[in-house]
Formats: sequence, C-alpha cells, structure tokens
Amino acid sequence: MTTEAIAPPVVVPGRAIKSELMRQRARAARWFLVPMMIALAVVAGWPLLRSIWFSFTDASLTNLVGANFVGFNNYLRWTTLASGRTVFQGLLVDPAWWNAVWNTLRFAVTSVFFEALFGMAVALVLNAEFKGRGIVRAAILIPWAIPTVVSAKMWSWMLNDQFGILNDLGMRLGLLSQKVAWTASPETAMTAVLVVDIWKTTPFMALLILAGLQMIPKDIYEAAEIDGVHPVKQFFKITLPLVRPALMVAIIFRLLDAMRIFDLIYVLTPNSVATKTMSVLARENLFDFDKFAYGSAQATLLFLIIAGMTILYIWLGKVRFDGGDR
Amino acid sequence: MANIQLKNLRKSFGVVEVIKGVDLDIRSGEFMVFVGPSGCGKSTLLRLIAGLEDITSGELVFDGVLVNGLAPSKRGIAMVFQSYALYPHMTVYDNMAFGLTLEKGNKDDIRKRVERAADMLQIRQYLDRLPKQLSGGQRQRVAIGRAIVRDPKVFLFDEPLSNLDAALRVATRIEIAKLHESMHNVTMVYVTHDQVEAMTLADRICVLRDGIIEQVGTPMELYERPDSMFVAGFIGSPKMNFIGGSHAEPFGASTVGIRGEHLVIKPSDGVWSGQVIHTENLGADSYVYLEMGTEEPVVVRLDGKSEYRSGETVHISPMEDKIHRFDAAGRPIR
Amino acid sequence: MVGTFDLWGLTKTVLFYALVVFIVVVSVFPFYYAILTSFKTGTDLFRVTYWPTSFSWENYLSVLSQGSFPRNLWNSIFVASVTVILALFIAITAAFALSRVRFRGRGLLLMTILGISMFPQIAVLAGLFEVVRFLGIYNTPWALIFSYTIFTLPFTVWVLTTFMRDLPIEIEEAAIVDGATPWVIITRVFMPLMWPALVTTGLLAFIAAWNEFLFALTFTSSNLTRTVPVAIALLSGGSQYEIPWGIIMAASVIVTVPLVVLVLIFQRKIVSGLTAGGVKG
Repeated sequence: MTTEAIAPPVVVPGRAIKSELMRQRARAARWFLVPMMIALAVVAGWPLLRSIWFSFTDASLTNLVGANFVGFNNYLRWTTLASGRTVFQGLLVDPAWWNAVWNTLRFAVTSVFFEALFGMAVALVLNAEFKGRGIVRAAILIPWAIPTVVSAKMWSWMLNDQFGILNDLGMRLGLLSQKVAWTASPETAMTAVLVVDIWKTTPFMALLILAGLQMIPKDIYEAAEIDGVHPVKQFFKITLPLVRPALMVAIIFRLLDAMRIFDLIYVLTPNSVATKTMSVLARENLFDFDKFAYGSAQATLLFLIIAGMTILYIWLGKVRFDGGDR
Repeated sequence: MANIQLKNLRKSFGVVEVIKGVDLDIRSGEFMVFVGPSGCGKSTLLRLIAGLEDITSGELVFDGVLVNGLAPSKRGIAMVFQSYALYPHMTVYDNMAFGLTLEKGNKDDIRKRVERAADMLQIRQYLDRLPKQLSGGQRQRVAIGRAIVRDPKVFLFDEPLSNLDAALRVATRIEIAKLHESMHNVTMVYVTHDQVEAMTLADRICVLRDGIIEQVGTPMELYERPDSMFVAGFIGSPKMNFIGGSHAEPFGASTVGIRGEHLVIKPSDGVWSGQVIHTENLGADSYVYLEMGTEEPVVVRLDGKSEYRSGETVHISPMEDKIHRFDAAGRPIR
Repeated sequence: MVGTFDLWGLTKTVLFYALVVFIVVVSVFPFYYAILTSFKTGTDLFRVTYWPTSFSWENYLSVLSQGSFPRNLWNSIFVASVTVILALFIAITAAFALSRVRFRGRGLLLMTILGISMFPQIAVLAGLFEVVRFLGIYNTPWALIFSYTIFTLPFTVWVLTTFMRDLPIEIEEAAIVDGATPWVIITRVFMPLMWPALVTTGLLAFIAAWNEFLFALTFTSSNLTRTVPVAIALLSGGSQYEIPWGIIMAASVIVTVPLVVLVLIFQRKIVSGLTAGGVKG
C-alpha cells in the first residue's frame, strides 16, 4: 500500500536485526513500565531504605535530618559497669519486643489454623449443590467487605462487658457464669482478637479453597462412588491432596498477612500487653513514644522476618513468574 | 503487484532453529500454498513474511526492497487468522474499517471501501452486527473482508478454514478461489496442513518439512514428479503406496511408489499378489486394501463398486509409466 | 425404597442445612446487630435485644450533622477514588508490557512486584513519613493517595497482568497488521475487552483503600483530613461509659452499606478477581 514511499532500511545482509515492530514494542514497554517503577521506587523502595537507615541512627520524630549514625546500638549494645558486670540493652534483649514477637506468632499461627479449618468447611458446603447456595456465598462475603476498623467496633460492642450481647447470650445458654470483660482482661483479650479476625478472614480463605475445589474434575468422585469409597475417605484421599496446592497458597498469603496485623488490635484491644503485636509496638515507638529510631529497628526486624518467609515461600513453592501462576 | 523473495531465511527461537534456510521466489499475483505436517515451520514462515516475527538471518525482499525490519502495517500485507481474530467489541463495519481509521483516511473513502468489500463477500446486511452475532462462516468472511479493505499487495492466510465444519470448509474454499481470480494482481500466501486445500487452491505449492523446503511446484508437478518420498506420500489421497524390499528389486529401486489409482487388479499373473483385508465403498469409487508384506497395507483405488471380498487373494500390476522409483535415501531415480 | 422412611438421609439433610444456617447467621449477625443498635437511643441502647424494638434515625442525624463525619466520608471517597484511578492508569500500561512484550528481567520484575505486595506497611512507615513531610503533603488527602499506591499498584498490576495474558494473541496481531501502535492496542482493543477485569480490580483496590487504617492514622492529624476508618476508631469519650455506641454503629453502617451493596452486586467478579490475584484485596 505505502511501501513505495519508504526508503529501504539499511541492513547488513545475513545479520539478525531487531525489526521496527520489535523495537517499537520494546520502546513502548520501557515507557509503559517507567511510571510504575518510579511510583514503586518512591513509595516503597526509598522509604524502606530510609526506615532501615533510621534504625541505625538516633533519629527522633522532631529531628529526622540531623540523625547520627549509631551502628547497631538500637538493636544491641552493652556497657561494662565498674563492678565488672556487663549490662545488655537494646531491641534484642527487650522483653516488650519479645512479648510482641510471641503475640504476633501466636496470633498468626492460631488465626490461620482456624481460618483454614473453617474455610475448608465453608468451601465444602459451598461446593455442594443445594438451594440457596447463592445466598450463602453472598452472606459470607459480608464479613470480608466490612472495613476492619468497623468490624472491630461492632465486635467490641458485642463483646462489651456490661451490655454486650455475647455475654448476655452466654449467660442465657448457661455457658458463662458471669459477665466477662473480653477485650479488657489480659486472659481473654487474645481470644477476642482471634475471634474477630477468624470471623472476618475465613470468607477469603473459603473462596480461595473453593476455587481449588472447583478445579477437581467431578468424574473422580463419580468413579470413587462406583468403587464404593466412603465419603470421609474420599475427602482425605481425593479432595485434600488435590486441593492442597490452592490451600497452601491461601495459607501462606494469610500467614504473611497476619504477621503484619495492626488495625484490628489497635482498635479492639488498645494498650493491652496481651495482644500487642510487632506492628503495634513499632508504631507506638515511632509516633507515640518519640523513640523513632527504636521503632524503625522494630519495623526493620519485622520486615526481615516477613521477607525471609516470602523468600522461603517462593523458593519452596516454585511459583512460576513468567508463565503464569493460576 | 508484489513479488516476494526469501533468501536463505532463518528463524530461531532461543537455541531451537525453526526455519533452517529457506530460498523461495513467490511470483507477483501467484497463489502460493505452504503445506506440511504440524511443526514443519509453515506458520512461522508466514509470520516472518507478515513481519510478526523477527527474521534471525537471511533476506526478505518485496519487489526488490529489503523489508526485514519493516513493520507489518508498512509491508502492504493483510492477514486472515485461523481464529478470525475479529475485534469482539466492534461492529463488522468497525472491524473492517479499523486499519483505515488508524491511517486517518477520508471518512467517505473508508465507507466506500468497506461497502465495496462487503458487497464482494455478501456481508453488507451484517455491517452493524457484532462478531458474536455471526456464524463461523460469516465471521471468516468478515475477516477476509477486513483484509480486502486494506487493499493489500500481499494477502496472507494462516489456516483460515480449520475452525470451520466440513461443509462450510468446501464452500469457503471456493470463495477464496473466486477471490483469487477476481484479485489477480494480488499475491496470496496460504498456510494449511490439508493437502486437499493445497491441491485445489494453489498455483504453486511449497512443501515444508522440519524448516526446510522439500519441493516447490504446481500441484500437478508435485503429484506427478515428487522430488522425494516425503512429498510423494504427502500429496495425493489416498496416500501413495510404498512397496519395498524384494517387491521393489525387479524395478531397480529400493522402494517403489505407486498411487492407488495407478494399480490394476488382475485375476492372475500380476506383478505382485496379496490378500484382500478390507474394502471401502465410497460410491463413485472404492478402495481395496491388500496385505502383501509391506509396512502398511497397499491401497488400490477402483472406479465404482468393489466386488472383492476379504480373504480373497488377488494379483495387481502397476501402470508402467506411473511408477515412482526411490533410492534408499528416499530420492527419486529418474 | 418407596414408602420407606429414610431416617439417615433425612438426618444428613437436616444437619447439612443446620450448618448452612449457622454459617449464614454467624456471617451476618454482627452487621445485623450493628444496624439494630444504630436505631436505638438513650437507655434502650443498654438493653440487650435480639430483635428490633425501637426505631429512631437520631444517631444517623447526629453523626451526619455534627462534627466532621460528612467531611471524613468525602475524604474517604476522594482518596479511594483517586487512588484507584491512578493505580489502574499506571497498572494497565505496565501490565501490557509485563504480559505482552518479551524482555529480559521480566520475571525478576514480576517477583519484585509480588514481593512489594507482601511488604508489611510498618516497614516503610518511618521512611514514608519523611517523604510525606518532605513533599509537604502531610495531613492532606494527597499523603494517603500517595502512600496507598504501595498496596494498590502491585495488586492491580499483578491481577491485570494475569488477565491480559489470557487475551488471544491473534487479536493483537490483527491489530498490529492493521497498523496499531501499542498505545492504540491498549486503549482501543484491549481496554474494551478488559472492562470486567478493570471493574473487578478497581473495586478490590477501592475496598482496600477505603478500609486502610495505619497510613490514614499516621499521615493525618486533624478531624477534617481524616478518613472514615480513623474517624470511627477515634470516636470515643473519656471513659468506657461515655463511648457513644449508637453513633459509632450508625457511622459504621453508613460506611459499610455501600461496600456490602457493591460486593453483592459484583459478587461473581470479586470472587474471580480474588482468586486470580491470590492477594488479599
């Protein structure tokens, strides 16, 4: 059509050259990626590096620029007293920090365990065919859609020691002998947090598991039915092994997510030592106690823990990044 | 008008070489068919001509101009894809006009060209419909129409009939043949794995195998004078019989190739003899399958109905001038 | 079997539906109870009831007329919308490059993006705080729009890349032969085909931005710049008995109802989006 108008491109015969099309696409790809890469660098890369840097300084909220490098002092430092006794100080010997680490791990493992269990149950129910399945699926999406802060408030009202409906219900059914201050008392605070988190996040787990269940071909079950395999055995021998990849992905995602829990605990059980997690503690130091550098060190350690878990997951899970991981 | 020259064309994907040095001269206005088994590189070769893939080495010349690096839209080509590749969200009219609107052509001119193409293909009444409202055959016409509107010098087809059912395939094949007649100065390159399509449509056929050209020629040349056992076996239906071993020795060849329609069944003293194992009556003609110690049963094509029964022993003779003799390497002895 | 009373079968059915009812009740009850509470006033509030007993709009009127709540609502809408539009705009071109163009380092880039979506927000909080103050956007909606990019962008890029990878290659090639540039392919061929994916991704990103708490708490400091989650979290009196539960529940219902409606309308799309992304939205 228009070839006559175009001068023959100069090429060395017999040598591979990038065609106009491929060059155009490569150029476009570069320009298309630049905004994303700049955005991620400014909003994630640089702040991360600065946070790590602050953890090696004596920065305070009011004096970020003039911070001095102090090495690992925020993490661990020691002074030898005149008596010859060595005193260790810093994050790595801080009982408050280790309490937060313990709370976080306890919370993450327990919540994800029950979410997987209940998620599996809900997914199995949704995978069966019955009247009103659409209603159930719509209903379980509601906890997922409610903002975390709002669900924390709703539950803290339901868990209220004097006027809470759950105490009322427990007394009526004879499960409780007296009203319990669920969120305030140290013995029950973690349970309260777990209940709310499990309630809110089980739907997400159920939907991911359901997607895995729906990929199992129906005729496998028909074959098992004909062979007379008991439904319980079907579950352990067929369903569980086949849904395991989807289940593992869901569990890992949730575990990484649970490790950084902040908003639910901040709102539901403020200032409770029994539930204070790494994120809550770090933010407290950063902005409330004016120990900016110390908080940065805590945030950095949390980052390292999660980064380590992520790398382990990618390495173990052999997630394919180029082909597509569906 | 465009003649296309391929000079020692090569294409590698990573370390895998798919096109291993192809030399071919496609004449202006010719209907050239690339045919071969799957994985032979015929589609890749077409995509190299289209410019959808980079050429690893060699030269691609359109009318004396090297186009190796030229973008597809500047080569004066149009392409019809196997899956039609219509834009699902655009009406038939917009599908056909899309390329022209991108060139910022005159609106009235575009409308004229689209309508002319639509008339040619009898799809004018569908111009306002979406592709999903059309049948498979109609979609393929739209895809062809979209190509015609571009007024290309070279028309490329990538297995355009393989998504259609058998009856529609024949009808569309005839359409394409008519199209070629009406656009006699447009060069057409057509990829298929179906040798019947190749035989019926092509001015010349290019048989490819493992990224190398086996033979180029008119359908009858390929049928009558195949350059290799591969081509001999690929072109023609039923497949050419290959008779080897002691049966071939009297002919001074390692293998004798003879088509089913060139074998004569005799009640006695034929050149070879075999047992009938199966017969197929197709109405106008019939196939008789004989077991005579060859790798595959020998097929004899008869006019009309076959009277032979399974288990019967018959004698067959080849027509002397229709025998193809091949050496041990599969090359013809002439 | 006609005429026989299948006791075991019946028991199974009854148990199954009991489980179904249990799941639905547990899922919905807290929201139901919040609505119930939001219509109670005065001493009614402190009497536990399981069914609606009184009906008063008073809490809604006071939350919408007094204080900064309407402003907070507007902040939330503004921040979440702008965040989503920006993320989609940046992500759709990036997704094209990541799904449709072969280039070196693509796998590494995708891995980095996935890694960033796993970032604990607290890890960047200190550094972001500095950047936000440096840019002079502290205590403005822009601080939130800026910082929310850290979770909306990787998520939208990841999901749109998976969606775009599934679009047929021949349609793109047809467009290339028609002379379309990558930009034209994205805007005039792919975007119209991807609008369901865009709606889903956008909605999930919107919900994530709407619900965000940590950055909103840290990067705003006055009643007028806060978003709804922070406003609700901080709606409290001095002692436990002064907590205005009725008003908190009314505010909670106001922010939740639009989300629940959206989620129910786009149910199927959300489920497919969640499972495609595999990332919590």
